[in-house]
Amino acid sequence: MQELAQHEGAEASIVNVEAVMQQVAEHKGCGTSGGSGKASCGSAAGSGDLPTEIWEKVKNHPCYSEEAHHHYARMHVAVAPACNIQCNYCNRKYDCANESRPGVVSEKLTPEQAAKKVLAVASTIPQMTVLGIAGPGDPLANPEKTFKTFELIAKTAPDIKLCLSTNGLALPDHVDTIAGFNVDHVTITINMVDPEVGAKIYPWVFWKHKRYTGVEAAKLLTDRQLQGLEMLTERGILCKVNSVMIPGVNDRHLVEVNKAVKSRGAFLHNIMPLISAPEHGTVFGLNGQRGPTAQELKALQDSCEGEMNMMRHCRQCRADAVGLLGEDRSAEFTTEKIMAMDVDYDLESRKAYQAKVEEERVAKVAAKQEELETLAGESSDIKLLIAVATKGSGLINEHFGHAKEFQVYELSTGGAKFVGHRRVDLYCQGGYGDEDSLETVIRAINDCHAVFVAKIGGCPKSDLIKAGIEPVDQFAHEFIEKSAIAWFKNYLDKVNSGEIQHIERGDAEIRQGALTAAA
Amino acid sequence: MTLKIVASQCTSCSACEAECPNVAISEKNGTFVINPKKCTECIGHFDAPQCAAVCPVDDTCIIDNAYPRYQPAQ
Ligand code: SF4
Ligand code: SF4
Ligand code: SF4
Repeated sequence: MQELAQHEGAEASIVNVEAVMQQVAEHKGCGTSGGSGKASCGSAAGSGDLPTEIWEKVKNHPCYSEEAHHHYARMHVAVAPACNIQCNYCNRKYDCANESRPGVVSEKLTPEQAAKKVLAVASTIPQMTVLGIAGPGDPLANPEKTFKTFELIAKTAPDIKLCLSTNGLALPDHVDTIAGFNVDHVTITINMVDPEVGAKIYPWVFWKHKRYTGVEAAKLLTDRQLQGLEMLTERGILCKVNSVMIPGVNDRHLVEVNKAVKSRGAFLHNIMPLISAPEHGTVFGLNGQRGPTAQELKALQDSCEGEMNMMRHCRQCRADAVGLLGEDRSAEFTTEKIMAMDVDYDLESRKAYQAKVEEERVAKVAAKQEELETLAGESSDIKLLIAVATKGSGLINEHFGHAKEFQVYELSTGGAKFVGHRRVDLYCQGGYGDEDSLETVIRAINDCHAVFVAKIGGCPKSDLIKAGIEPVDQFAHEFIEKSAIAWFKNYLDKVNSGEIQHIERGDAEIRQGALTAAA
Repeated sequence: MTLKIVASQCTSCSACEAECPNVAISEKNGTFVINPKKCTECIGHFDAPQCAAVCPVDDTCIIDNAYPRYQPAQ
């Protein structure tokens, strides 16, 4: 399966795509990458209550740590196009629908090409710390290619973390090899633990030279997935579980899935919205199966959150995306360009760069803590969402019209919590506002009370106000959480003094189609 | 007889290549093809043609009627 890497926004910070290439997308395919720890997976900048060993492993992983997502980059390479199961949300003409952006074909690479690409990207982008193999296809249905790629990279770039996403069918057979390569993050896409539900998601699986269908296929798959998960966690390998939320098929059932995977040691559960449109040519796309709304997704994530870490920053990146989550610099690293490059892998300068990033991260956390103290003593039941335009580093540093996506934070007297991304793709092409796209943006963040930007034009500003969303630009280039808390405090003061009235906002739309870089 | 791959439907995923017991499948110009001289319809190896069983696109690995049925050696 390919999952798209769906990270919604928050993982490691994103490096500018343009500036650096980021290729971190997790793999598509069945596995997605995980999110960060619990603290609501999201926004917590710190270790929250994750056990120390786990925090050590995930803190610089853009897919697992929402906070790291702002600072580090991951890359995915597509070396494993074959798959051993069929999912109704996948059309394998393209990248894995689940993980990546349907309709976008990734470049297939040999293990040698992939290794060279990884080294080239890592030397250009020092933030690149994670390599994932995901879809299209299942990495473990192509074990030779997958492990050869790992072997080549581990030799030259021992500082790069390796991760893998899988549908789990072949997982139990490869656990020892995975452990041998020191792969510390594995993502398994688990959409059900009940074969009756599974039969509606998977038309068939190919297992030991035979195609199985229906409930029998789903039973086989769920048994293998859970067995593989147990085997990995027994060996101390971090496991994240991705689930695709399919309304009416497995939406309620995912609470069961959450319990099953948690009891088997998964450290993080990423629930992703189904991406399905007829033009993707998937079974679900063609039969009109809809994806969840933003509110439905959040409600499900919230109901699982008490149980374990949920990952909310997944953006369903394309498998071969290069960059910080949400950025895609793949075009700079086409096979042709890479093969012509002289790659000089400099471990020392990468370390120095990463040390600098650590300093920034500490400063950001300190700023948030300080601001949080000003909220102490306030008490209010008000909880609201805000959207933030950011290019990464935890700053409000994107122009409204240039934002391809917004990060959404939930504000309450408890602070600012990252809860997800909203994709809008480009509303402003070359500086001219385009009314229709502005409507798209408004629909995507319609559940937010305010949108924080570095800059915004007069026209969109008045339309946002009309739609009831306050454009906020006075915190340009400041830390997101610190600014959000300051704004929220002011908002509460105004509500308390009767100057404004707090009203709930409606639902928002989840944009269909995977995140692609601006053309 | 042998199987053939309908080139216009093949996604070039390579799944069939690894499953063929006779190494009859290879990549040619971006799509996969079956060598009719090597294909045995999987007779003697498996109950069903492996390429058809693993292929993600229905009706892509199909019987090629241009050839007589494969006769297993007696
Ligand atoms: S069919 Fe295979 S490649 Fe597609 S989503 Fe499912 S597991 Fe991933
Ligand atoms: S039918 Fe069997 S022998 Fe023939 S090409 Fe397919 S897998 Fe190979
Ligand atoms: S399995 Fe099907 S789609 Fe994949 S390469 Fe073979 S014929 Fe093409």
